[in-house]
Amino acid sequence: MATELGPTPVKGPASGGTPVHHGPKGVGEDNKILSQGKWATWLLAPTIIALGIVIVYPIISAIVMSFQKDAGLDPATGLFTAGGPAGIQNYVNWLGQQCAAPGGGTVACPPGTLGGQFWSATGTTFLFTVITVTFETILGFWMAMIMARTFKGRGLVRAAVLVPWAIPTAVTAQLWLFIFAFEGIANKLFNASILWTGSEWPAKWAVIIADTWKTTPFMALLILAGLQMIPADVYEAAKVDGATAWQRFRLITLPLVKPALMVAILFRTLDALRMFDLPYILTGGANNTTTLSILVINQIRQGFNSAAALSTITFIIIFLVAFIFVRFLGANVVEQSGATGKGKK
Amino acid sequence: MKTPRFLLPAATAGVLALTLTACGGGGGGGTTGGGSDAEANLEGRGPITYVQGKDNSNVVRPLLDKWNAAHPDEQVTFKEQTDQADQQHDDLVQNFQAKNENYDVVSVDVVWTAEFAARGWLQPLEGNMAIETDGMLEPTIEAGSYQDKLYTAPVSSDGGILYYRKDLVPEAPKTWDEMMGMCSIAKENNIGCYAGQFKQYEGLTVNASEAINSAGGSVLGDDGKPNLTTPEAEEGLNNLVDAFKNGNIPAEAITYQEEESRRAFQEGKLLFLRNWPYVYNLATTEGSSQVKDVLGMAALPGKDGPGASSLGGHNAAISVYSKNKATALDFVKFLIEEEQQKFFATQGSLAPVLGDLYEDQELVAKLPYLPVLKTSIENAVPRPVTPFYPAVTQAIQENSYAALKGEKSAEQALADMQKSIESAGAGS
Repeated sequence: MATELGPTPVKGPASGGTPVHHGPKGVGEDNKILSQGKWATWLLAPTIIALGIVIVYPIISAIVMSFQKDAGLDPATGLFTAGGPAGIQNYVNWLGQQCAAPGGGTVACPPGTLGGQFWSATGTTFLFTVITVTFETILGFWMAMIMARTFKGRGLVRAAVLVPWAIPTAVTAQLWLFIFAFEGIANKLFNASILWTGSEWPAKWAVIIADTWKTTPFMALLILAGLQMIPADVYEAAKVDGATAWQRFRLITLPLVKPALMVAILFRTLDALRMFDLPYILTGGANNTTTLSILVINQIRQGFNSAAALSTITFIIIFLVAFIFVRFLGANVVEQSGATGKGKK
Repeated sequence: MKTPRFLLPAATAGVLALTLTACGGGGGGGTTGGGSDAEANLEGRGPITYVQGKDNSNVVRPLLDKWNAAHPDEQVTFKEQTDQADQQHDDLVQNFQAKNENYDVVSVDVVWTAEFAARGWLQPLEGNMAIETDGMLEPTIEAGSYQDKLYTAPVSSDGGILYYRKDLVPEAPKTWDEMMGMCSIAKENNIGCYAGQFKQYEGLTVNASEAINSAGGSVLGDDGKPNLTTPEAEEGLNNLVDAFKNGNIPAEAITYQEEESRRAFQEGKLLFLRNWPYVYNLATTEGSSQVKDVLGMAALPGKDGPGASSLGGHNAAISVYSKNKATALDFVKFLIEEEQQKFFATQGSLAPVLGDLYEDQELVAKLPYLPVLKTSIENAVPRPVTPFYPAVTQAIQENSYAALKGEKSAEQALADMQKSIESAGAGS
């Protein structure tokens, strides 16, 4: 993990002889540690360079672009000309839902422009995230509890549960599009005539149902991993002490599975915040189902620089959510995955 | 120690956000005037590449074999894109931005012409680079031009057709009002009357523009500025709005794309259907089709004669970055020769751009919709020819969708479209 390299030297010798210190001015007065640090630097370099090329460069390039104006039309020649520097205008336009006015300056974005959809898209994105993650956590927990038991055919159940997760999202979306068609199974089954993709709340529920169906297995799997870490003797001891099933669940299962659960919720939340394929294929973003990602993609076709500003805003929003999770809700991803490396306890 | 405790979550969050946001920055946004590139390499000859979307009915390869056999020193290689229009568009944009000299001749959807021309990516087909346009249907040339200059050579065309039930309607309606008058027949037979494509997507732009143009309005004026706040445009959009309101268009049509509407018609649930020529083959050959023997075809109904269809189709354009433009031009001319046009029609069911072919006995025997399609294309109006097409189609879709659902009046929808398109043109 590249980012762990930054803060480590500052933390000093707390970690008691762990081998992976790399910073030359760091802790190690000891020659051995110094040379080990050098080695580590060399060994890590290819990864860092690769990450720099595929992650850091595009991000910086997008941020630079976001401070440029989009190309405008030269009325004399009918050709596009480069827009020049824009300062923070792109950001101001998105956040304030301002669009270019015919005479120069800006006006409030009229309906039918992408600029006028920023806040509604943000709201929709968070609505989808909160509802789907809640459903997926509850259903996923339930599925994990079942899969954690030993019974005949457990392997089959586990494999079957994974099927929705294994299907590519675009295919899932197409399947659900057929299901939610006016002549589709959903209406036939319930003998209803709902225009699923043709009005606001049915469209939103269609997206939520499809997303829950698809990603609950992911949640279930992560929670199952957490459940299996709990030793069986803890339960036995509790049983001997006369704890009821509910008490065992509340006082043993929940607290012990919490680290895994928080990581699962964190991953799903960040995943849901960038939801794109499902609403894009199901509704095309109509009926107020446009998410931030759909807005970015649509904007790319109308102007790169403004789209870069929007994707930077989206990035900041997701960053903040991730930060809140890690900092305040104790979803400690690093300690889970990197415990061997640092020992930061 | 406060700092590290604070930094760690931030760093973690950062990495997560980065890896999970799929980093959606587009390509570089540079633009060029294109003047000098357009004058270079006009005499160049040699191997070239032809770029087109997925060749579903295998028409391109046989044509290339034919060309390559005759031109051993000027071989054409086929670069096949995906079958998704959006992806084809983005692929072209990326390669033009990179000034890729290997994209010599590209197939361009008619609605991209203005955008690519305004970016300076397309070789104007004038002077030494001119092509023969006599005999081509006028709207196809119009759709290939930007600011009165031809940038793309029409290769295949497409227009809307009104399909109807011959067993229920004695004679096809000529005007919209006449068609609405026949809706009582649909009611007696307990089926829907009319449907097109009204889901919020590109098809809605096609249908809404047809309604507006057929009533005598227009989306853009001759000056390229929006011209939607007219009584004609309002009448056109209101035709659709009213039909939704009084049930002549069934409510579920708001979810229809081409395929859904075709299925409804084939299952005998519609009296009239506006769709593309491809429906003919399926509706007459598919086993499940209820309308096999009673399928009628006519031009779209207008205000007092044939309506104004939206124009589809693909054109061939030469990249300004091509090194072998003389070969590229020869190849484009080859594509629009009568023999190749005929092959496109018979092998790929692509509508020709040469008017005479629509009367060709052999072709009409194979594709009986050709005479109707000719009327349709002759009266067609290209979708708005503007470099801001993505923004314009967005404005039309979103506002006409709201109007069709009764969320705002047609007048308000058109006023909003007008403002949105003005804003797009103002640059941002």
